[in-house]
Amino acid sequence: MSSNIYDFSSLTGSIHSWLSGLMSSGWVIFSEMVLVGLVFLLMYALIGLFLVYLERKVCAIMQNRVGPNRVGKWGLLQTIADLIKLLLKELIPIRKSDALLFNLAPFIVIICSFLAMAALPYAKGLQAIDFNIGVFYVMAVSSLSVVGILLAGWSSNSKYSLIGAMRSGAQIVSYELSVGLSLLAIVVFTGSMQLSTIIESQANGWWIFKGHIPAFISFIIFLIASTAEINRGPFDLAEAESELTAGFHTEYSGIKFAFFFLAEYMNMFIVAALGATVFLGGWMPFHVGNWEGFNHIMDYIPSVVWFFSKTFFLILIIMWFKWTFPRLRIDQLLTLEWKYLLPISLLNIVVIAFIVLMGWHF
Amino acid sequence: MFYMFSGIILICSLLTITTRRILRAAVYLLCVLLATAGLYFMLKYQFMAAVQLTLYAGGIVVLIIFSILLTHHISHLFEKPDLTKLIMGISAAVIGSVMVIATLLTHPFQAGSTTELPVDMTEIGNQLLSTGKNGYVLPFELISILLLAAMIAAIVIAKKDKNKNSEI
Repeated sequence: MSSNIYDFSSLTGSIHSWLSGLMSSGWVIFSEMVLVGLVFLLMYALIGLFLVYLERKVCAIMQNRVGPNRVGKWGLLQTIADLIKLLLKELIPIRKSDALLFNLAPFIVIICSFLAMAALPYAKGLQAIDFNIGVFYVMAVSSLSVVGILLAGWSSNSKYSLIGAMRSGAQIVSYELSVGLSLLAIVVFTGSMQLSTIIESQANGWWIFKGHIPAFISFIIFLIASTAEINRGPFDLAEAESELTAGFHTEYSGIKFAFFFLAEYMNMFIVAALGATVFLGGWMPFHVGNWEGFNHIMDYIPSVVWFFSKTFFLILIIMWFKWTFPRLRIDQLLTLEWKYLLPISLLNIVVIAFIVLMGWHF
Repeated sequence: MFYMFSGIILICSLLTITTRRILRAAVYLLCVLLATAGLYFMLKYQFMAAVQLTLYAGGIVVLIIFSILLTHHISHLFEKPDLTKLIMGISAAVIGSVMVIATLLTHPFQAGSTTELPVDMTEIGNQLLSTGKNGYVLPFELISILLLAAMIAAIVIAKKDKNKNSEI
């Protein structure tokens, strides 16, 4: 049906054939890998910087302030200036720290977010790798970043860092369950873990509308649990400024600190993109069942615009959380997960399986 | 790519057992497991690779690191093993590897004639729960009961006895 959505695979296909005409097949693969790498690196940096700017502006609006407004138009260049400052800063080596692990930790965290980004579909036909286990893969690689955080906390040889790392480890390990179960809900609906298939299945309506109340419940659980998993407020105990200075990255300075900071914002982007893909249809325009005319009009909005607007909508919700709720205590945090979210999502899965078996969903 | 991954596996597993810092050993172990996942990705067996990533790298190594962090002597260096133990261990390893390599070299391997199996999630799921030929439902159920028993046991051990606590 949605035939007039621009398919990016024609663009990538033409680039491929153009390169194939220029050089031998081995070099084509090599240069394509370099190209894709460059595109991802550029996108990573741009989205990261923009998210930091957005966070400061949103925070400012919530608190009735102006926010950054001096560098560039509306302060748009502020984060770039900050980045230059961080690049020029001195890297302070910590005495009696494990230098190898101390330097390795930021890279582990940032590599994990890169790995997760590779499998996300950005627009129709614009996806680096389309695994047949897409959802599971993204979950798997994003769960690795906790190793980086634990190592960072221990190798800094500081009590603040260690406590922050332990808190964040306990938090990520437990909230991962809820994230996985809430994503599993939609996997049950679709019958596939492939991200492209999940999107195709939403051509006649997004899952959050098609899946009745259980899909909505799992969407809410996903939002809460993923906010906790990326260590953002109100679940940012790992870096609670008032008690732990800055948590696991207290001892980091200069560009290594910037790595942690960037990876945190990119994790937020990845989580929001995954949520948008699974629950809100990814790049799929807003379609309603059999309203052909309406669907046709919606198709004129490019798929990239749909994807990024949904993602940024979720990001805004996550930011809204952070600046609205007070920070939880660690016991409240674990109680919320193990006593409320996990049983609810387990029950939800059973209900969804029943609905799918009876064929009650659209 | 294969040589790169196997090189990483070899070097990191050697480092895992030779390093004298316990946390570094865990990190090298993580590298070994990640490289193994890379090998699975090369075989296009993505499900196995993702399971390797979640279970071993994301689950077990994180647990190991956690338990190391919770012990008192994290920064403690392992003692150097005595010479006799060292010689015994190395000789056992050498004999074992010689035997394995000798068997591998003498065994006539035949190229498999079967075509690449489609590794689909639904098929894995059906196979796991099928009662027919080549079905895995019995081992699957047995393992789940074993896991359940293990979890209940863990809870029982971890649960504080209220009466005992009040006496202390």
